[in-house]
Amino acid sequence: MLRYILRRVLESIPTLLLIVTIAFALLHAAPGGPFAADKAMLPEIRHSIEARYHLDEPLWRQYLRYLGDLAHGDLGPSFQYRNTSVNQLIAAGLPVDLTVGLSAIVLALLAGIPIGLNAAWRRHTLWDRLPMGLAVAGISLPVFVVAPLLVLVFAVKLHWLPAGDWVHGSPSHLLLPVAALALPYVAYVARIVRGSALEVLNTSFIRTAHAKGLPAHRILLHHTLRPTLAPVVSFLGPTTAGIVTISIVVETVFGLPGIGRFFVTGALNRDYTLVLGITILYGTLIILFNLLADLCYAWLDPRVRLE
Amino acid sequence: MSNRHRGSWIAGGVLLLVALSSLIVPALSPYDYYTPQLDLISKPPMLQGGHLLGTDPLGRDLLIRVLWGCRISLLIALVASGISVGLGVLWGATAGYAGGTIDALMMRTVDVLYSVPFVPFVIVLTVLFGHELWLMFVAIGAVSWLDIARIVRGETLSLKRREFIEAARVSGVRGARMIGRHIVPNLLGVVIIYATLTVPTVILFEAFMSFLGVGVRVPLASLGSLIADGASDMQAHPHLLLVPAAVLAAIVYCFNFLGDGLRDLLDPRQQS
Amino acid sequence: MSTAPLLQIRGLGVYYATAHGAVDAVNDLDLDLGAGECLGLVGESGSGKTAVLLAIMGLLSSQARLRGNIRYRGTELLGLGAPALNALRGARIAMVFQDPMSALNPYLRVIDQLSEVSRVHGGSSRRAAEQRALEMLESVQIGEPERRARQYPHQLSGGMRQRVMIAMALMAEPEIVLADEPTTALDVTVQAQILSLLQQVRARTGAALLLVTHDLGVVAQLADRVGVMRAGRLLELADCERLFASPRHAYTQTLLAALPKLELPA
Repeated sequence: MLRYILRRVLESIPTLLLIVTIAFALLHAAPGGPFAADKAMLPEIRHSIEARYHLDEPLWRQYLRYLGDLAHGDLGPSFQYRNTSVNQLIAAGLPVDLTVGLSAIVLALLAGIPIGLNAAWRRHTLWDRLPMGLAVAGISLPVFVVAPLLVLVFAVKLHWLPAGDWVHGSPSHLLLPVAALALPYVAYVARIVRGSALEVLNTSFIRTAHAKGLPAHRILLHHTLRPTLAPVVSFLGPTTAGIVTISIVVETVFGLPGIGRFFVTGALNRDYTLVLGITILYGTLIILFNLLADLCYAWLDPRVRLE
Repeated sequence: MSNRHRGSWIAGGVLLLVALSSLIVPALSPYDYYTPQLDLISKPPMLQGGHLLGTDPLGRDLLIRVLWGCRISLLIALVASGISVGLGVLWGATAGYAGGTIDALMMRTVDVLYSVPFVPFVIVLTVLFGHELWLMFVAIGAVSWLDIARIVRGETLSLKRREFIEAARVSGVRGARMIGRHIVPNLLGVVIIYATLTVPTVILFEAFMSFLGVGVRVPLASLGSLIADGASDMQAHPHLLLVPAAVLAAIVYCFNFLGDGLRDLLDPRQQS
Repeated sequence: MSTAPLLQIRGLGVYYATAHGAVDAVNDLDLDLGAGECLGLVGESGSGKTAVLLAIMGLLSSQARLRGNIRYRGTELLGLGAPALNALRGARIAMVFQDPMSALNPYLRVIDQLSEVSRVHGGSSRRAAEQRALEMLESVQIGEPERRARQYPHQLSGGMRQRVMIAMALMAEPEIVLADEPTTALDVTVQAQILSLLQQVRARTGAALLLVTHDLGVVAQLADRVGVMRAGRLLELADCERLFASPRHAYTQTLLAALPKLELPA
């Protein structure tokens, strides 16, 4: 298995390289620069700043320089936030995004799996129709609608929960953002679990389980759950990575100090290094979560062999 | 028609209604979507006085703005989905039919592209190169084609083994003709299902982009930008958020419902 | 056999409501199974023989409509509630399915699939149940039972999987074993082994065996009595020897005539 992981890591390097190159090219192809919009700056000062950041060098030189720094784990200085490096900005913001995002995924699993299993077991009854109808609604409501609504109801009108900000380790500040983020994912997970469970419940080996006179809870937990989870895991890989990008919205609405807010402003202000750094981070997270998902899948299904 | 599918027909009907209204009603109304009326700022919905759903912060009639928003959102959704589906089908069918190294190469590309963070890229693209409508079509379309490509490839692989393909091959049909004439038409069922399910993803993505401020340009509005505007003002004037949000949710809900119904109907793997 | 039959089926009907009207899978079937006897049900595919087994075990889909009675030791099985039914299934009446690759759970180890029968029905501890499972594996002639028990179904050969299925059915010492085409999915050479295994099992445990197959050869080898089914109806039911020697129903005669005969030209 270690060999498999190593192989995947090595394979991801060209992908990351591709991502960096495309992003680099795109950013520099666009008109404008980090300091071009600063009207208050005297031309001489601008030139010297640009020289300090090597922005006056030919593009290929800048590219190679960036790659060289990248190999040392240095993502460069931010152009917007002078005297702060991109590494520092990411280190400050990433834990927030990860906490909110991963909590949302866990919540989605804890809620979605039982709902989906139950819906499949009690197919076509109210236990099935009602949650699934709500689930369609859940995936139809975008985060940026649900989030403000949650704030409106729980923070402003009812005063039960704080409307925003971030206090480390405070669960009440975590609740609304995680709930807003998790809602569509609970729905997705419930739907996938239901579909997968229906297929599993139709199999020959579940019929055998019934023939053995096993009670319902044992059939569900011991025999159905594991096969059902396989497609869920495949779904979760790219989704977990995606949640990090969706968190941009949640950050905006709840005023969380994450990375997402840097991204759009960074692109607007041509903060090359910041945008590149975040893009690389997202790419890395996608690759990482996909790898974890594949490993989980292999762990779940004994027939799968990793080479 | 069975009880279960009645919902899908209703969903389809609602969508048709919305699409038609968004095309016809603005032409019939005395109000347009861009002229400010500064004496009628942010009025709540009222049955008399002509502004059925109220007005926005610049005094523009909200109903008309929302209908225009529908028009834009649906247009983008359909064109972008069309691009996604078209690209995905061509890619997947070619890879599945060609087999061997070509298939491996094409699917490897898909795997690599899967790891690319599309959302940030699209955001970067639109920020850098402006919010041109055509760019939105292409950029959003580029996000969803990978899933369709994978599914179509899988379907093509199983289609390849069926007898009628063998028969066509024996009578000399090859390559592009085979893909175009024989394979693609038989993929129609699966394609329709996933096309219908792609549309809501695209609509939400476009709304997301507009919400972030990198979507359509003012004074044009899409449902996403209307929601963004409404969200910033929701305490004082909740109707500005609730109306476009409800319409967006309804449209997306209907597409999802419709897609589910089509899948129950058409997907061979789902026959129980 | 002068004692009352273990299993008594009267007027069994299984039908499905379709868009084109009702479709009968089984029509007005009467059958008795005595303790320790082996009854073979033969017929072509679609004759309804599998449906009879599934009806006994309560495994038909929810769309199936049932008529008639199936009594096990006097208890009516049709319409029996889940707890009572589960107390009987796997414990007093067990089933062996046709395709062991799909009938065994690919996600669970062999030992777990075996031991859970004892744990659920006998209340055995895990250790006791696993010990019994190993004994059962030995009794169905699986070599290296400790190693095999820890494996997953896909790691075993087809013949071994079917042996596992048989072992699994026998775990709780059932009185009746239902077998649905137990050898059809296997290689010819393995078929013979499984058949002889079934004979030994019968001799050893004294369980009654209700065997469904389309293969007359299987029936000839194992069955005491034979029933011939066609299109949901039981056409003829007789002692095995009598059936083969002088079949009464025209259809039975056709079936027997279809068997390839090895004869030298006169």
